[in-house]
Amino acid sequence: MGQINKKQKDAETIDQNLRRVYEDMLDEQVPDRFLDLIAQLRAQDDEGSSGEPK
Amino acid sequence: MSGDPRDEIVQHLPALRAFALSLTRNGAVADDMVQDTLVKAWSKISTFEAGTNMRAWLFTILRNTYYSNRRKAGREVSDADGIFTESLSEKPAHDGRLQMADFRRAFVQLTDEQREALILVGAQGFSYEAAAETCGVAVGTIKSRVNRARARLAELLHMDDAEGLEMTDQATMAVVTGGRPAAR
Repeated sequence: MGQINKKQKDAETIDQNLRRVYEDMLDEQVPDRFLDLIAQLRAQDDEGSSGEPK
Repeated sequence: MSGDPRDEIVQHLPALRAFALSLTRNGAVADDMVQDTLVKAWSKISTFEAGTNMRAWLFTILRNTYYSNRRKAGREVSDADGIFTESLSEKPAHDGRLQMADFRRAFVQLTDEQREALILVGAQGFSYEAAAETCGVAVGTIKSRVNRARARLAELLHMDDAEGLEMTDQATMAVVTGGRPAAR
């Protein structure tokens, strides 16, 4: 029983640390290059729908 | 019409980058993966089923890109620029037990498949079923990867040291109470 509790506690400790690492990554600012890319993809679509794509 | 599902993509960018970084452990490679994923997602949007989990769909594209590149390269990408282990901000561990730098160093030593399973289930909060679908494997495979990943981390972080003590205590208790150690 003690071993199972220990395992559970370890898993919780690991997941807590994991979430902290993950949240640090989520908090990072998304670089403009990705927003620019999305804008570019959208613009290409708009061009494509109004006429023949180049 | 409920609009273009691609409008939703931008909301998933932070999670997509975090997943990419966990998988590649390399900032430059991670961002290239995210870029490829965005381009692919944009053109393959017709394969996305409205109402399903877009984050899981994006993660699937990203991981498939990563593993296909890894196959071509014939090896895993290393934490070459150290971004994962060093450049992220350090927050004090509230339990004082694990320092985050130690945890990151241990985490990057897991296999790609173990890191991926652990991040999806343990950090991103995917169900085993959703993680299995994202990775294209059986639910049991995901469970075993998560368990192995946790066991390996516990080993690397010497969390097993305490277990010996606890078992001794249990054995002592058994002697004191005249019973046998608990079966489980």
